[in-house]
Amino acid sequence: MLLHELAHCRAGDKGNTATLSVFPRDDADYARLARVVTAERVRAHLAEYIAGEVVRHELPNLPALHFVCHQIVDGGVTTSLALDTHGKSLSSRLLALEIR
Amino acid sequence: MHTTRIGCGAGFSGDRIEPAGDLLRRGALADLVLECLGERTVAQAQQRRLADPALGYERRLPARFTRLLPLAFSHGVRVITNMGAANPLAAGRVTASIMSTLGLSGRVAVVTGDDVLSEVDLDAPAWETGRPLREHGEIVSANAYLGADAVLPALVADVVITGRVADPSLFVAPLADRLGWDLDDVPSIAAGTLVGHLLECAGQLTGGYFADPGYQDVPDLHALGFPYADVSFDGTAALGKLPGTGGLLNRQTVREQLLYEITDPAAYLTPDVTLDVRGVRITDDTRISGARGTSRPETLKVSVGYRAGSKVEAEISYAGPNAAARGALAAEIVTRRLTGVPVRAEVLGGETDCRVRVAAISHDAALLDRVGDEVESLYTNGPAGGGGFRAHVTEVIGIASTTIPREAVRPSVTFLEVPGATA
Repeated sequence: MLLHELAHCRAGDKGNTATLSVFPRDDADYARLARVVTAERVRAHLAEYIAGEVVRHELPNLPALHFVCHQIVDGGVTTSLALDTHGKSLSSRLLALEIR
Repeated sequence: MHTTRIGCGAGFSGDRIEPAGDLLRRGALADLVLECLGERTVAQAQQRRLADPALGYERRLPARFTRLLPLAFSHGVRVITNMGAANPLAAGRVTASIMSTLGLSGRVAVVTGDDVLSEVDLDAPAWETGRPLREHGEIVSANAYLGADAVLPALVADVVITGRVADPSLFVAPLADRLGWDLDDVPSIAAGTLVGHLLECAGQLTGGYFADPGYQDVPDLHALGFPYADVSFDGTAALGKLPGTGGLLNRQTVREQLLYEITDPAAYLTPDVTLDVRGVRITDDTRISGARGTSRPETLKVSVGYRAGSKVEAEISYAGPNAAARGALAAEIVTRRLTGVPVRAEVLGGETDCRVRVAAISHDAALLDRVGDEVESLYTNGPAGGGGFRAHVTEVIGIASTTIPREAVRPSVTFLEVPGATA
């Protein structure tokens, strides 16, 4: 199934760094998401958009998995050649991640 | 316990005006913040100021203030905004003139000092690239992110206009003013910064960036209401939106906004405090507590604008069976005709309805024209059935970031008095 079935996601951007916050719709799924939605998988899934390192922060009190993605491809909102210069749509692209 | 109510009536330069009017009319606010200045918008404002020294403030300021200031004055709400953008003093003069025209008397305060172009070290490396700032191109602006300390002395006015101020600081200053917080009181300022961070994007907190039909339904999104917070002296806050407005304010929307643009949950740097959001608790969907902080950084962030040339974006559509393949062929043709030109060519959309988009940035105007021309000529020099060609060219101001020592930045406040009508 797609991550979309279990989670909602918000993207943010600061310069050429993107943040992607993943939240389980049901708190009970947090442990499962923490197991399968790793920094490596996010990096691989969004390889076309993220050139640099992906760091995952775990925030069990919300609960949330917060990914900080460095070096967005043609990053930087002002000089990007992308249609979505902010990378706002990365949140929805991440929700297309196939999980088991 | 002493509380104060602060609202957010705009979260970006293109935001809707009606929800702010509603907050002024029915919200019983003490303060309304209009946050209209992003990295992108300050660059655009800089371009307008370069073209005309009387411009460079937020271009929607006249429309926004003409609608909102009469309501703010009649309901006694103080307004704080960064619509000064690249030219706060010009924004102050325009605001005073709008007030005069509307018959509103009062005091406008303009916060300046964020312009640090003559102080910033252009040999310093940019955060984004590691290369010296001056190597990025002709530098046109450098704006420091001022903090609540720069805004506080302006709060004796009815309308406060700033340029570049850290977004949460636009809220921290009036909260400190109303609640009697000392700006050195780290726990209180951390709490106020959290409130500012949650409110600063307006509708992003109340469901305006959340709806996903069938998965996350948001009621009456067409009538989205903007948020306010009731903030107590102890720093706890209750978030709200007005009864009868559309949107959604719950644990899901609040936690999305809580982490928005936070690159380190343990240390979100602002000019007022270093905020740690890891212990934040959301109870009953709208009650916020648990912000922690450590002392503010010794340096301020600076956004440096440089001329990055111009950007062309040219597009053409293909539809029907095999459209995506025709789109891919079109992209390949243009790329081959533009050999040596660094373009981005992509096919957007689905198998039976797609749009080919070609984009490039350059300082060479003739080259940008050529990119547009090569996409237009696909009409009769490319695949079957191309339609809907459009191209436009916009000047680009790039943004790079650096820091500046606090002592090199000297904020000040200019007051403009708008007298009442004399009989």
